[in-house]
Amino acid sequence: MSLILGGDSELWAIVLLSLHVSLMAVVIAAAIGMPLGAALAVGRFPGRRALIVLLNALMGLPPVVVGLMVYLMLSRSGPLGVLELLYTPGAMIIAQVVLVTPIIAALTRQSVETLDAEYSEQLRSLGVSRLASVPTLLWDGRVALLTALLAGFGRAIAEVGAVIMVGGNINHVTRVMTTTIALETSKGNLAMALALGAILIGIAVTVTAAVSLLAARGERTGLRHA
Amino acid sequence: MIGRTFAAGLLALGLGLGLGAGAALAADEFIVVQSTTSTQNSGLLDAILPGFTEGSGIEVRVVAVGTGQAIKNAMNGDGDVLLVHARAAEEKFVADGWGVTRQDVMYNDFVLVGPSDDPAGVRGGQDIVAAFKAVAEAQAPFASRGDDSGTHKAELRHWSEAGVDVAAASGAWYREAGSGMGATLNLAAGMGAYVLTDRATWIAFGNKQGLEILVEGDPALFNQYGVILVNPEKHPGVKAEAGQAFIDWLTGPEGQAAIAGFTVDGQQLFFPNAGS
Repeated sequence: MSLILGGDSELWAIVLLSLHVSLMAVVIAAAIGMPLGAALAVGRFPGRRALIVLLNALMGLPPVVVGLMVYLMLSRSGPLGVLELLYTPGAMIIAQVVLVTPIIAALTRQSVETLDAEYSEQLRSLGVSRLASVPTLLWDGRVALLTALLAGFGRAIAEVGAVIMVGGNINHVTRVMTTTIALETSKGNLAMALALGAILIGIAVTVTAAVSLLAARGERTGLRHA
Repeated sequence: MIGRTFAAGLLALGLGLGLGAGAALAADEFIVVQSTTSTQNSGLLDAILPGFTEGSGIEVRVVAVGTGQAIKNAMNGDGDVLLVHARAAEEKFVADGWGVTRQDVMYNDFVLVGPSDDPAGVRGGQDIVAAFKAVAEAQAPFASRGDDSGTHKAELRHWSEAGVDVAAASGAWYREAGSGMGATLNLAAGMGAYVLTDRATWIAFGNKQGLEILVEGDPALFNQYGVILVNPEKHPGVKAEAGQAFIDWLTGPEGQAAIAGFTVDGQQLFFPNAGS
């Protein structure tokens, strides 16, 4: 208990590593997933419907399966073994990118498609091609996209199955909040595990609140400039 | 504009955290040890490893899984040293060329833990096979690791000597957790089941509820740990020199003294016996 109340440096290192891994994963997943989702929303090509169904299904990827696949890729006897990434935070970020990208892409596709239906006539009349309208639509849907980012972050920060497999829950190296909670539970230290769980929920709430606040301020400033 | 600033801020935050954590993690040299949940859950490795790192400058990164998974991970080359407790499997690992040599490190013992009302009436016994027979006859709930770990292998050996076919009872009175020692103890505590555990994890375990030690002291409950260097000829990435330095320390006077000096609640949990 003193570990939690005393603001122990070891605990802070674990919290920071959790945030580091999950934020990096969300940033990378957003860089891949947002353009992908937007392209899927405005693009018209054969197989598009099937791709959308697939993307929506991938939102529910089981973390433990993703962990296993990433482990097999990064293992020394796997195809990417030479990178020596297994049991590092890098491996954990890769696993979470795989989990989070479909969520961000699918939610982006959803909101951009709605906006596109609303504004496409107007944009076409201004002579904007479908693909060129993507940045405008993304910008217009920024609040919905923030929700997509937060959904991705929530998935990443709460996830344990994949990071424990590819990270190994190594003390001071790859031990994050969720794997610490799993470890303390297995030691029978249920009170400690519960307290750590409360901190994890607190972090998730804080991050969500901070982003929502920033978004609200962004909206207001945007209006003033308009 | 705000959005872009915000995105840039988020990116900078992510990168900043990345660099910060990266710098904190940078060590001169490190090895990965594939080990078992008992060495981690009891707190042994956390207690003794800093002594080795201080003297050698080599950081030891421990991946704690069941013995079965630890051996598979080591076969994949995902570790430099293997520290587990399943002698037959360890010797096979070396014989098949995956490991260099196997050395004894330490031992502890298994104990049969169960509910204090003891429905199978095994309390105070010193014969583990007789106790297992009694549990099976009473059809009292028994929680098994069920994860191919060293403890699980030892448990299955006792069932086979007792002539009990646990596969037939699976899902009835015989419950396979498929988890580590601690998770299985949580399961047993929750349903008042008998469970075979290593003494170290049991003593350090914080959620005993109504469970207590019922059978102990049978020589068949002896639990030997061995250490093996993963064969660099199979996996050139293995850090043979640093790994061997760790093994030499662990089986040498300093490491052995550190093992003997580790106590929980005043009780010694592991007994060093390298080279004996």
